[in-house]
Amino acid sequence: MLASILATGLAMGAVYALIGITYNTMFATSRVMSFTAGQLGMLGGVFGSLLMLRWGLPLVVALPLTLLAAALVGVVTEFVAVRPVLRSLEQHLYVLTTLAVALIIQQTTAIEWGTEPAPFPRLLGLGEGVWHEKYWLPVVACAITIGGLEYLYRRTLLGHAFIAVAEDNYAARALGLPERNLRIGSYALAGAIGALAGFAGGQLLLAFFANGPLLNFYGFIPVALGGLGNNRGAVIGGLALGLFQQAANFTVGGIFSSVAVFTLFIIVLLAAPQGLFGATASRRV
Amino acid sequence: MASADHGAAAMPGAVPATRRKPLLPGGLLPFLLLLALAIALPLTGNEYWALIATRAAIYWVLVAGLNLIVGFAGQLAIGYVALLTLGAYTTSVLAAGNVLPEMPPFLALACAAAVGAVAGLVVGLPALRLRTFYFAMTTLGFATIVTQVALAWQEVTGGGIGISGPYFPAPFDNAWGFYYLCLGFAVIATLLAGNVGRSRFGRALIAIRDAEVAAEAAGISKPALLACVFLFAGAMAAVAGGLFAGLQTYITPEAFTFELSLLFFIAVLIGGRGSVLGPLLGTVLLTLLPEIAAPLAAWSTLLYAVMLLAIVLAVPGGIAALIDMGRRRRLPADRAILPRPAALGALLGQRPAAPPLRLRGIALHFGGLRAIDGLDLVLRPGEVHGLIGPNGSGKTTTLNVISGYYQPQQGSLALGEAPLAMGRPESRAGQGIARTFQTPRIIGEATVLQNVMIGGTVAGHATFAEAMLWLPRQAADEARLEADARLALQAVGLEALAGFRADRLQHSELRFVEIARALMLRPAYLLLDEPAAGLSAEEIRRLGQLIREISAHGTGVLLVEHHADLIFDICGHVTVLNLGRVLAEGRPAEVRAHKEVISAYLGA
Repeated sequence: MLASILATGLAMGAVYALIGITYNTMFATSRVMSFTAGQLGMLGGVFGSLLMLRWGLPLVVALPLTLLAAALVGVVTEFVAVRPVLRSLEQHLYVLTTLAVALIIQQTTAIEWGTEPAPFPRLLGLGEGVWHEKYWLPVVACAITIGGLEYLYRRTLLGHAFIAVAEDNYAARALGLPERNLRIGSYALAGAIGALAGFAGGQLLLAFFANGPLLNFYGFIPVALGGLGNNRGAVIGGLALGLFQQAANFTVGGIFSSVAVFTLFIIVLLAAPQGLFGATASRRV
Repeated sequence: MASADHGAAAMPGAVPATRRKPLLPGGLLPFLLLLALAIALPLTGNEYWALIATRAAIYWVLVAGLNLIVGFAGQLAIGYVALLTLGAYTTSVLAAGNVLPEMPPFLALACAAAVGAVAGLVVGLPALRLRTFYFAMTTLGFATIVTQVALAWQEVTGGGIGISGPYFPAPFDNAWGFYYLCLGFAVIATLLAGNVGRSRFGRALIAIRDAEVAAEAAGISKPALLACVFLFAGAMAAVAGGLFAGLQTYITPEAFTFELSLLFFIAVLIGGRGSVLGPLLGTVLLTLLPEIAAPLAAWSTLLYAVMLLAIVLAVPGGIAALIDMGRRRRLPADRAILPRPAALGALLGQRPAAPPLRLRGIALHFGGLRAIDGLDLVLRPGEVHGLIGPNGSGKTTTLNVISGYYQPQQGSLALGEAPLAMGRPESRAGQGIARTFQTPRIIGEATVLQNVMIGGTVAGHATFAEAMLWLPRQAADEARLEADARLALQAVGLEALAGFRADRLQHSELRFVEIARALMLRPAYLLLDEPAAGLSAEEIRRLGQLIREISAHGTGVLLVEHHADLIFDICGHVTVLNLGRVLAEGRPAEVRAHKEVISAYLGA
């Protein structure tokens, strides 16, 4: 039982961590928390199933196409729901616009794809039992993403520009950085990361239109716990959440485990509204 | 010009109706029209319409409460279907006698209201600590949890199989009878929510939404106020749930979809923030929409989502803004700010001299930056005290310490012998300390009069419950606040603009609106943060006169300003700050001659 808890817990945890990173990537350049993060994960599963099972495309074609399509959805989100409300960020209109876009994505999927969970194909055909690929693929995807992002942010000029915009938007613009294009870029990147989460976790989550809100919530918890914009916090928080949730799942049963997760989340959040690894205070007057 | 205005004030009948714009846009007439239509509905004889209209009435019972949270207070509670679910199950379970002995349906409904009120408070409390998106997320999470509990707790809720709804006895046991029952609840909900909306509590909620810092300065306690509203909205939602269960006759967890939550939430936004009529029309519209266009039923969530996006981006004011006739009324041409000291006397009276306000050894640093470095300052009643100094010398920081926004690391602050709590801005209004802000903190969507009335929030005596029922004490409060606000507006010279939305005023006028709002407290001390910034020379002269008049009525004024002329013209005492320390102080003439002051600040 311990092995299954560890296997599923780490797998789900990695998916949550990736969704958390999706939130963070969008937040970094726009200061916007977007409800579309979970929907991008859902789309990863649906696109994967559509391309590989319905259209019969091989993995090497299907994965890039999925990431590309989701990146496009990310860019559209930026244009429709983020850019128009950035000017009045303090009114928090983005909560409403991104919620609207998230629902549009979800309902379009429900109408076009169907409301029943559809199967997701085996990707590599490796491993059995607790070493089944469905358990370790999300962990690998998460590790690759973190490694890639670290490389991007620390070693490349583009990554430095991203960080500059995230640190201080105005100063970055004053330096002549193409702030708007970088924002579009970060939304595309977030789209790909979110879809990767859904794709890698597809065999666990299936291609199901209603996965969005679930991933939204469970992906948000690591962000809230780890502190906004803190990717390492999101990974630690995500894995911890996955393990806690699966442990509760195996011991007290599914429904009460979600109640337990929710209760714990609220308590931690009320005790430390800035997250466990983050700390900021802003001037109000 | 002045005499014409007096004539209008003396003859209330001569004042055009638009002049006194209540919070219910357009007054009571639209509500009565809607009610007449609703009462006449059975004449159609079509029971299908009874079902739709009953549903709309039930939804409105919930939305009326939710509107105060979302539309007035601006808290994005998205998952309110959770409280509907809770109310429906509580009523059904109690009426069926699953847990306790069987209860009559109306008693069960009352119990559900109590349970809903507590749950509303519990769900709402995170709003006090969490940021917008976080709060939206927790309400969503709560909505999921409630449904899952309903599914899992089989012996009580019947799990996925469900449970019978409460059976309401005659005369409510047929379609039209039940419709009238729900309509009755809807009318009560409208009255209660409408009364809260137009009371000082409703204005305070809007202040929390649009000008939270100013709300604190006016003494509005966000936790207490939001707690009242959460209790009220939770109870209303649970009652709606009980009625919903009665309408359904049989409920399962699937009946409470997220789509319903969305309908409630969007009804408020379509209706328009800070309005009661708008969200009422929004609720009716959204309930009717899928019925009118039957093929749309499957698409309704998508439709709601598109509407939400369209409203936020294109019509942020919602229905309320479209039907608000006064919105496009023209502002008086070539208007000027003409303060009238006579009104000041009527408003302030001659206040008993307050004890001096003393700052001793205040030190405050932000990280490594020493903003104030051991400051002593004494404000006296009836004196204008000028605080000047170069940028970054700690003037505004000092003002923020006095008004409780900053908590210094060292030092003490006392009014006479009584120490003032540091870092508690909402406690200052009660002690008669009022302030204005460098950038005016005004509610753009409210009228000038309502903005000023917010300043007097702590002077109200009626409780939230009294306001809800509009009892005599509430009516007296309201009349007095309005009369005071009109006096304050006369005093600063803006009474002609009382009925206009504040976001249509010029910057200089907003500065005077802020002073009028501060005067509502009849302050012992008035702290002005650069009130002359952006004013014309003539306006600065009038401002100076106004400040002098205010201090002549016994109020101590602390004036933070860059206009040295104004300072030396009207201040009885001047303190010059540099690098967080007192560089010089004394009478204006002494300070003006001070060598260091000249070199550091005034220039040769």
